[in-house]
Amino acid sequence: MPGWIADNALLIGLAVLDGLSYAAAVFMVAVGLNLIFGVLRVLNIAHGSLYAIGGYSAAALGLFVVSRGLPGWLVFPTLLAASVLVGLVLGPPIERLLRRTEKEEPVLQLLVTFALFMILEDLQKLLFGVQPVVFDAPLKMLGTVDIPFGQDVIPFTAYQLFVLPGIALVTLAGLAWFLRRTLYGRMIVAVTTDREAARAMGIDAAKVTLLTFTAGAALAALGGALASPTASLVPGVGAQTIVLSFAVVATAGLGQIEGAAVTSLLIGLGRSFAVYFEPELEVVVPYLIMVAVLLVRPQGLFGVPETRRI
Amino acid sequence: MTALLAARGLRLAFGGVKAADGVDLDVRAGEHLAIIGPNGAGKTTFINMVTGYLKPQAGEIAFEGRPILGLSPRRIVRLGIARSFQLPQLFTEHTVLQNAALAVASRGTFWSAIRPLLDGAHVAEASELLGRFGLSDLAGRRADALNEGARKLADIAMALALKPRLLLMDEPTSGVAASEKMAIVETLVRVLREAGVTAVFVEHDMDVVARFADRVAVWNQGRISALGPPATILEDPAVQRDVIGIRVREGADAAA
Amino acid sequence: MSRRALLELVAALAAAAIVLLVAALVPWLRFVLTIAIAKGIAVLGILLLLRAGQVSFGHALYVALAAYAAAFAAPRMPEALLLLPLGALVSGAVGLVVGLFVVRYREIFFGMLNLALSMVFYSVLEKFYALTHGTDGIRLPAIRYVGTALGPEEAGWATLAVAILLALGFGAFVRVYLLSPMGEALSAMKTRETRLEFMGIPARRVLLAAYVLSAVMAGCGGVIIAMTTRHVTPALAYWTASGELVFIAILGGAGSVFGPFLGAFGYELTRTYAAALVADAWQMILGIVLLGVILFAPGGLWGMGRSALRRRPAGEGAA
Repeated sequence: MPGWIADNALLIGLAVLDGLSYAAAVFMVAVGLNLIFGVLRVLNIAHGSLYAIGGYSAAALGLFVVSRGLPGWLVFPTLLAASVLVGLVLGPPIERLLRRTEKEEPVLQLLVTFALFMILEDLQKLLFGVQPVVFDAPLKMLGTVDIPFGQDVIPFTAYQLFVLPGIALVTLAGLAWFLRRTLYGRMIVAVTTDREAARAMGIDAAKVTLLTFTAGAALAALGGALASPTASLVPGVGAQTIVLSFAVVATAGLGQIEGAAVTSLLIGLGRSFAVYFEPELEVVVPYLIMVAVLLVRPQGLFGVPETRRI
Repeated sequence: MTALLAARGLRLAFGGVKAADGVDLDVRAGEHLAIIGPNGAGKTTFINMVTGYLKPQAGEIAFEGRPILGLSPRRIVRLGIARSFQLPQLFTEHTVLQNAALAVASRGTFWSAIRPLLDGAHVAEASELLGRFGLSDLAGRRADALNEGARKLADIAMALALKPRLLLMDEPTSGVAASEKMAIVETLVRVLREAGVTAVFVEHDMDVVARFADRVAVWNQGRISALGPPATILEDPAVQRDVIGIRVREGADAAA
Repeated sequence: MSRRALLELVAALAAAAIVLLVAALVPWLRFVLTIAIAKGIAVLGILLLLRAGQVSFGHALYVALAAYAAAFAAPRMPEALLLLPLGALVSGAVGLVVGLFVVRYREIFFGMLNLALSMVFYSVLEKFYALTHGTDGIRLPAIRYVGTALGPEEAGWATLAVAILLALGFGAFVRVYLLSPMGEALSAMKTRETRLEFMGIPARRVLLAAYVLSAVMAGCGGVIIAMTTRHVTPALAYWTASGELVFIAILGGAGSVFGPFLGAFGYELTRTYAAALVADAWQMILGIVLLGVILFAPGGLWGMGRSALRRRPAGEGAA
C-alpha cells in the first residue's frame, strides 16, 4: 500500500485537489437545496440550472471585465456579483411559483420544478449559446503553488487550493452561525421544523421562505460561478449538477448543513479518485456511495429517523 | 377462567418516562375492559405494545396462550387482534364503503383475487357492517368529509371488519362533541355485544366507562394501581383523586 | 361488465382506430404515434406508483434495459414476438431485485434511489464502449414479425399494430388492477400506510407488486421504442428521460388509464411541432405547457376532457 501511494503520488495529489474544489462547488448547490427543502418541502430540480446560469453569468461578466482592460482583481468581486444577481433575478419568481402550488400534491410540486428546469435549460442555451465557454482568468491570475508529493512536485493552482474550498468553508461557518445565532436564522429553523407553529408564533413564514429561497438560489449560482474557471461550461452541466446534489442530499439526510458538507467531500473525493484511477466509474461512484449509505442508514448519514405518531 | 390476553411484567421507558413499569394485566374472554388514567400514563403504549407497534424492554404478552411479543403488527392482526385509533386512520381518498370493503378484503383471499373491490361479497359484508354502525347513509362519502363522530365509528368498523377476537380501542369517544358521545357509546355497546368480541378500551370520559365497561383498570405512573368492577373503582377515593380529579381539572382548563 | 367499462372499451377501440387512421393519412406521424404509444405503456406503470404517492425519477432505466436487451438479442433472434417478452422479462427481473431494495423507502428517498440506479446504468451504457458502443449506441437489424420479413413500410405498420394491441391489453389490465384490492391498497398506502399494516396488509409487498409491473410495462415500451427507432443510445436511460415519463403522467392526468396515452400523444406532438418551429427552445415550450397544466388543470388532459364533457354523475366511485 505505501508503495502504491508513492507510485501514484501525482495522481493522488491531483485527485485530492480536484476532489476538494469539486466538493466545494457541489456543497454550495447541495446546501441551498437542503435549506430550500426545509422551508418549502420540495426538492428543487431547477436548482442545478441556477448553478449553470451562475457559471455562465460569471464567465460572461468576467470576460467582459477582462476584455475592457479593467484591473484583474475585479474578476473576483465579479464572480460574487454575478451570483447575487442570478439569485435576485431568478430566486423570487421561482419561489412565487412554488408557493402558488404549495397546496397541491408533492408530486405536482416536484413537477413544477422539473418544468422550470426544462425552461431554464433552454433559456441558458438561448442566452449563452451551446459552444463551450472558457473563463480561466482567475485561475491564471493567482498562479500555482508547488507542493512536494513523494518524489514529484505538483503545481497546484492556488485558486483550486485556497479560493474554492476557502469560500465553501466560509459559507459553511457563516450559515451555521447565521442559522443558530441570528434572529432571521432562527426563524428559518423554526419554519423548517414546524411551519404552522412558526406562523402561530408570529413568524412571517412567507417572508422567511422568500429569503431562504433567494439565498439558496444565490448559493447555487455562486457554486457555479466559483467552478466556472476550473472547467469549460457546456450545455447539460445543470442536469449533471442537480443529480449529483440530489445524491449528496439523500446521502447526508435532510436538514443538516454540516452533514451536507461532509457528504459533499465524500462524494467529491470519491468522484475525482474515480476520474484518475477508474475513469469508467466516474459518474457511478457518487450513486454507489449513496446506495451503500442508504442500505445501511435509510434516513441518510446525518438524518434523524422519523417515527410516526399514531 | 383462562385469560384471552395475558401481559406479564411489561416494562417500557421513553427516556426517563416510565410508560410501563412492570405491568401485569389479564383480559378475560368476552369482557369489556376499560383502561383509565392520567394523560401520558402509558395507556396508549399498552395498545401499541400488544399490537406489535412498540416492543417492551421487558415482559411477556400471550394471546390465547401463544406468545406474541416480537411479532410484526401484521402477524398479530392475522392472529386475531385488531385496533382502532385515537385519531381515526381512514384512507381519506376513498369512500367510507371502500374503506370498509378494503378491511373486509384484507382478511381473506386478498392475494389470490384480482377482482374488483366493489363487487360481490366484499361489498355485501362491508355494507352490512356499516349498517350495524349506523353509517349506511354515509357509505358513499369520502372518508375525509365525515364529522369526527362518524370518523371514529368508521375507524372502529374497519377494525371489526377484520373479525378479531380481541379489539383494542384507543379513546373511542375523544374529540367527539359531547352531545354525540353517548349515542356513539350506545352504538358501540350494541355492536360489540352482538359480535361477541372481547374489547379493551382506553377512555377518559367516566360516563362512557360506567356505561361500557365490565371491569376497569387504572393505569398510573406505569403501573396498574387498581382493577375491578366500575362501581368499585370509580367510587374509590384514591382513584378519584389521582385520575378522575385530574380529568375534571383538565376539563376546567380546557374550558377556561 | 358495467356500462361504464363498456363505454371505456368502446372509447379505447375508437381511439385505436383514430390512431390508425391518422397514421394512414399523415404517414410521417406514424413514427411519432408509435413512440407515443410506447411511452404511454411505460407511463401506465408510473401511474401505478403515483397511486401510491410515490414518484420514480428513474424508470427510464427499465425502458433502456429492455431496449438494449432487444438490441443485443435482435441479431440472433430478430423476431418481434420473442423480443417483447424478452425485454419484459429482463426489466421485470431487474425490477424485482431493485424493487426489493427501493420499496423500503418513501417519497424523495424512493425517487432519488431510482434516479441513482438509473444513472448508474446510464454511465455503464456510456462508458463500457466495447460492449455498448458508448454514446454511438447500437443499431438493430430488420425485425421479423411472426417469422415474416417485412419491408420498412410494412414493419412500421406492424410495430404500430403491436404497440396498439399491447396498449389495449395493458390498459385493460391496469384498469382492473386499480379497482382490485391490490390496486385500492396502493392509494390507501398514499394516505395511511400504517393502517394497512394494522389491517394485516403488507404495504411493501403491495408496492413491490406495482413496482415490478411498472418495470415490465416500461420494458415493453422500451422494446417498441427500439424496434421503431432501430437504434438504441444511452440517452434512453438519462434521468431527464425518466422525468419525461413523470411529465407525461401528469400531463395526461393520473385519474384514468387513458391519461398516460393522452399525455404521451400531447407530449410527442408538442415536442415534434415545437422542435420544428423553434429548434432551440422546444424544451422550454414543453416546460411552459407542463407549468400551465399543473397551474390551471391539475387533473391533466383527461381531467380537462372529463369536466368539459361533464360526464360526472355524483356518487360514482373513482375510476
